[in-house]
Amino acid sequence: MSTDRLAVRKTYKLFIGGTFPRSESGRSYEVVGADGAFLANAALASRKDVRDAVQAARKAVPGWAGATAYNRGQVLYRIAEMLEGRRDQFAAEVAAFGEDPSTVDEAIDRWVWYAGWSDKLAQVYGSGNPVAGPFFNLSGPEPTGVVGIVAPEEPALLGLVSVVAPAVVTGNAVVVLAPEMRPLPAISLAEVLATSDLPGGVVNILTGRPAETAPWLAAHMDVNAIDLTGASDPEFAKALEEAAAENLKRVVRPSPVDWAADPGIARMLPFVETKTVWHPKGI
Amino acid sequence: MPAFDYAPAPESRSIVDIKPSYGLFINGEFVDPVDGNRFKTISPASEEVLSEVASAGPSDVDRAVSAARKAYKSVWGPMPGRDRAKYLYRIARIIQERARELAVLESLDNGKPIRESRDVDVPLVAAHFFYYAGWADKLPHAGFGPDPRPIGVAGQVIPWNFPLLMLAWKIAPALACGNTVVLKPAETTPLTALVFAEICQQADLPPGVVNIVTGAGETGAALVNHPKVDKVAFTGSTEVGRMIAKSVAGTRKRVTLELGGKAANIVFDDAPIDQAVEGIVNGIFFNQGHVCCAGSRLLIQESVADAVLESLKRRMAQLRVGDPLDKNTDIGAINSAEQLDRIRTLSEIGAEEGAERWSAPCILPDRGFWFAPTIFTGVTQAHRIAREEIFGPVLSVLTFRTPAEAVEKANNTPYGLSAGVWTEKGSRTLSIADQLRAGVVWANTFNKFDPASPFGGYKESGYGREGGRHGLEAYLEH
Repeated sequence: MSTDRLAVRKTYKLFIGGTFPRSESGRSYEVVGADGAFLANAALASRKDVRDAVQAARKAVPGWAGATAYNRGQVLYRIAEMLEGRRDQFAAEVAAFGEDPSTVDEAIDRWVWYAGWSDKLAQVYGSGNPVAGPFFNLSGPEPTGVVGIVAPEEPALLGLVSVVAPAVVTGNAVVVLAPEMRPLPAISLAEVLATSDLPGGVVNILTGRPAETAPWLAAHMDVNAIDLTGASDPEFAKALEEAAAENLKRVVRPSPVDWAADPGIARMLPFVETKTVWHPKGI
Repeated sequence: MPAFDYAPAPESRSIVDIKPSYGLFINGEFVDPVDGNRFKTISPASEEVLSEVASAGPSDVDRAVSAARKAYKSVWGPMPGRDRAKYLYRIARIIQERARELAVLESLDNGKPIRESRDVDVPLVAAHFFYYAGWADKLPHAGFGPDPRPIGVAGQVIPWNFPLLMLAWKIAPALACGNTVVLKPAETTPLTALVFAEICQQADLPPGVVNIVTGAGETGAALVNHPKVDKVAFTGSTEVGRMIAKSVAGTRKRVTLELGGKAANIVFDDAPIDQAVEGIVNGIFFNQGHVCCAGSRLLIQESVADAVLESLKRRMAQLRVGDPLDKNTDIGAINSAEQLDRIRTLSEIGAEEGAERWSAPCILPDRGFWFAPTIFTGVTQAHRIAREEIFGPVLSVLTFRTPAEAVEKANNTPYGLSAGVWTEKGSRTLSIADQLRAGVVWANTFNKFDPASPFGGYKESGYGREGGRHGLEAYLEH
């Protein structure tokens, strides 16, 4: 084969409800690499795309939340497998933004870490409660519902995976705003998700400008929680938190994160609700 | 059949010694408010003035927060958990020793029946302090990392429906974890919190660890918005909770909110009807329905609706409404004129919107604030009485045909605090419990509380849990 073969380029689109639509607005924006060279045109998501994504996520919640923990764990592990197979592609993609390709390995391992938590969090974070009376009393975590996420700008893939995986492993569906300047790994990740038996709508990815889309996500009344990790401007984060208060969304505020460190369980807990069930004991 | 009437059996109020006026409890002593403002607290059952309490202004709140900060830095934060535990055990014991006094005072100031304050509220208060006392020196085992640390100063604002119990829910875990607190009781029910301040003195609790600032909404706002408060805990309406969530935006304050509810109490056709009726009554008429987790929407399977309603009305006709201090009283006074207004207004709207109203035939006292136990039938999901929290002894009754419809209707609310399920089929109980979006599900029981059992809501009923191991999380850095 000749070395000067003309490459087939990829069109980077949104990922909503398991499909890859363009932005309904018909808009796109230029994505450039660390060297300033043109990489691709990414879809510039609109308010309507946010709404469509929330709708898709809401629709996906019952099936995903109702799936067995074992099943969710298998799907997350499958994502790691698929990602592993495309490791080189992702390494090249993050390298184009000047990032260390080893963050891809970390991202793969992070899926494995969270995959294993699917059927353990309830055991670690739930409890049987010794109440003072003849009652069965059990507390366990349940998914919060639809989680909006403003992904960190970098590391483009590891940051994204580190905020998405802990929300979905417990049964939530998410709408994630990909990093504005480095959106390409997010859309490539969508291709991985689409081939990992993850039900459509569980993860929805929007590229574009979070400054434009995040306020709609934060104010959306059918979103139950929001992770503002990527909202690095304090005034912007404050405005989003205020909007989120309207329906009392659970809020994760932005704070400095060492993405290479052991993630622990802290990112799963904001997006679970503890349900306690009582029943009398008697003959 | 001959009917035997009850003779009055009033609990003596001589056990309480209400002072004519109370100051603010700051840094271990009662002090006058800086601007000298005071307000009266009355008994809602008689409208008699019980005492005058101080209204804390911003500078009073500032003093209290400074005292709490100092105590946190110098005494309580560094204190070994073992010693914090012993202080909390002391408090629990003194509450038990003064239990009757606290129960009578609670019934006087709040209007709730003595049977409830004596048998439910106060015993749970003592139990709560006992429970969290035991955690104080075991926090590394609580699952929040090997070295969980306190957060700092907690600003806590509590409602009037369970004045002392809500105080216990707030203060016990905060102190166990090494935080200090500034607590604002509700303006209509400040007295037991002030007696609790005396209990802190009797326990020799170091000054500043617990501070009590009385006042109305502005006092609460000053506390929540104080820049030196690290943690905000609020129990009350969703409306105020929303304001708090907005006001802490952009700060580093940690927040837990325990807000309103509109719980569905679902009765399936195989439920034991008599038992279910007791549960329905307890669900909505306990504490005059002033309960955020009250079972205020009754969902009955259509085939048993008539039988359940007939039995419910018969039972409701037996409820004794009146003097909170009478040991035979089932339903006491509505806490305030303002709350009575709200209950009346929503009930009128219920009738206007086409629901059918039935109130238990009972004679209400002339003075004080009273509302007869009431049910509305023919309620649809669009009716305001099916959507809004009434926070009174008013039950909205809806019906359903299939389990799926029951779940759909139960979850059709912005709230998600609690729910009830009545059925004899275990697998159905568990399946329905799984599908209900609510923080507490009572199956074949209702309105049960325990310090070991986490409590708190989904959706707009707030976030965070109080009680149990989960309740520690709100007061620890981790």
